[in-house]
Amino acid sequence: MEITNYAVLACILFAIGATTVLLRRNAIVVFMGVELMLNATNLAFVTFARVHGDVTGQVLAFFVMVVAAAEVVVGLAIIVTIFRTRRSASVDDVNLLKG
Amino acid sequence: MIPDFTAPLIDWAALAPLLVVLGAGVVGVLVEAFVPDAVRRATQITLALAALAATVVLIVLRWGLIVGSDGAPGVSDVLVGGTVMVTPFALALQGTIVVLAFLGALVVADRTSSGQDAFAPTAAAVPGTSYEDLARRAGLQQTEVYPLLMFATGGMMLFVATDDLLMMFVALEVLSLPLYVLCATARRRRLLSQEAAAKYFLLGAFASALFIFGVALIYGFAGTVRLIGDEDKPGVIRRVLSGDAPLDGMTVLVVAGILLVLVGLLFKLGAVPFHAWTPDVYAGAPTPITGFMAACTKVAAVGALVKVLYTLVVGLPPEVGEQLRTVVIVVAILTMALGTVVGAVQTDIKRLLAYSSIAHAGFLLVAVAGINLESLRAVLFYMVAYGVATVGAFGVVTLVRERTVVPGRADGADGEDGVVLGEATHLSQWAGLGRRAPWLTAAFALFLLSMAGIPLTAGFVAKFGAFGAAVAGDLWWLAVVGVLASVVAVFFYVRVIVLMMFTPPAEEQLLAGAEARAQEAATGTGDEAEAAEASSGAEPAGGGVATETRTEVARTVVTVVGSRGPAAVAIAVCAVATLVLGVFPGPVLELAGEAIKFVP
Repeated sequence: MEITNYAVLACILFAIGATTVLLRRNAIVVFMGVELMLNATNLAFVTFARVHGDVTGQVLAFFVMVVAAAEVVVGLAIIVTIFRTRRSASVDDVNLLKG
Repeated sequence: MIPDFTAPLIDWAALAPLLVVLGAGVVGVLVEAFVPDAVRRATQITLALAALAATVVLIVLRWGLIVGSDGAPGVSDVLVGGTVMVTPFALALQGTIVVLAFLGALVVADRTSSGQDAFAPTAAAVPGTSYEDLARRAGLQQTEVYPLLMFATGGMMLFVATDDLLMMFVALEVLSLPLYVLCATARRRRLLSQEAAAKYFLLGAFASALFIFGVALIYGFAGTVRLIGDEDKPGVIRRVLSGDAPLDGMTVLVVAGILLVLVGLLFKLGAVPFHAWTPDVYAGAPTPITGFMAACTKVAAVGALVKVLYTLVVGLPPEVGEQLRTVVIVVAILTMALGTVVGAVQTDIKRLLAYSSIAHAGFLLVAVAGINLESLRAVLFYMVAYGVATVGAFGVVTLVRERTVVPGRADGADGEDGVVLGEATHLSQWAGLGRRAPWLTAAFALFLLSMAGIPLTAGFVAKFGAFGAAVAGDLWWLAVVGVLASVVAVFFYVRVIVLMMFTPPAEEQLLAGAEARAQEAATGTGDEAEAAEASSGAEPAGGGVATETRTEVARTVVTVVGSRGPAAVAIAVCAVATLVLGVFPGPVLELAGEAIKFVP
């Protein structure tokens, strides 16, 4: 299969992830959108590593995974704290700060 | 296929500043686990401040070595095989970050005369539950903030001193993740604080995902994530210049990549259209953290932005460079306009300072858009001037509080009774502050004047330098726009000063009180619980008087709590620095001049 297809797929996944972040209302789903964007990035990294024939891209993908894991820890902690207080994870309810 | 691995040569001495700060963070986590309650807080504060002070010394030593060596062999700014690149410019930024972090940490450490710091007893407790009450009564303290501060500072230092886009991404996360957590730890108005953290986190994670995808595209184009690189491992720029980027010709890839990376950096900087989080997060986070975050993150973001932009604009084909410059100019104009115009109608002091920081991001971008050595010098000086004014201003905000009025003493204004509550952030509550606390008001006025860019303060020299840099880069019209924006900005700074100095204070801020009450009711803060606890201690009559107590609690006056030392020191240092940099800017400008000598 043509290798550029993978790059195109990465772009599509990234776009879906970005759209999810911008349109969805549940904080958890928004966060999943971010994770999808990061995984699309990983796909792009390994695809380009294949194109260039060097391993740097694959190593970069590992870094991104670790960072994504760390982000999950902090992000879920914050979202769960809010959920326990308000019984809702909708980003529309989080609107006390205005002006 | 797989090349042999050769371990890079690591110059530990040169890395020492970074290692000390991050090491202090790690040790701080151990302190959390092993040091007994009674001395934990003191240990953490000592550790954090000592580490930051030691780092300043190490940076000064390193500075002497690098600037004094004049490019002699043996002293290289390329460390760990080029992953870390401590040029004099990066070193100057690191120094600024650490000094500001030190001042910020002093404000964080201050418990004020009310005996409480700005952090929740346990941030994990759900607001309004008995567990939270229990934690408060037991006098628990959230001392994890100090290691988190250290990690954030370490990330910022790495952020400005790397040649590797991947390392920049890792540093971005290392500096952001602790800040997300810190935002959620406020002692009062806890729902607002948690909300601020959630907004900051979701938008921040989105921005860093854009950043890393940009890096992926750049990697696809150039086959490397180094910006400059060296002879053996050429970076993006070297490959573009010599025409051996693997996908040479697909410029669209690299342009899209750079734009995405810029979005990530502009988000951290708080520039329009990526500014939406700034006012909410600044208002919701614990005030000492806001001060730290506003000052240090901005230095780090500008440092990284300058690094990426200047390397790429110089290296890429001229028409691409010109397009990137146009993007920066447009963002600068939008940022200045929005920051000043929206800032002028704010009624909350923390939001006002947030919009002011957005406007300052715009002024900084004016300097950055000049794209010449003069801009680098202007940016350095601007960061110092803006940083000290910001840390100082938020330090003052932490000391202006609400206090409950004790029944039967309606005049309460001069008495020492009543429970000190959260910060009095509504602007109307600041009326007549000059009579209650003349020195504090004077310091705050000084910071505001410096932000407005009035002569004889650091802000004037900084803005002069920034606009001068734009003119030097043939952007005189952008400098004119900048001057116009700062004239509008003067309006809202002076409005606050007039309010503090010349408007008589209302005896009881009924209006603001009512508003705050509505807010409290909506947010269910710890304030009421704390106040109720105190008053029930005074008259242990129990449930019968509960409603009565409630109505008394709602009446608050504005008070200025005394600092226990650290915050006062920080505010004083910031005020003195603002004045000295305004009157004798020479030495610092000279240092900044030396910092840009060896920029590649």
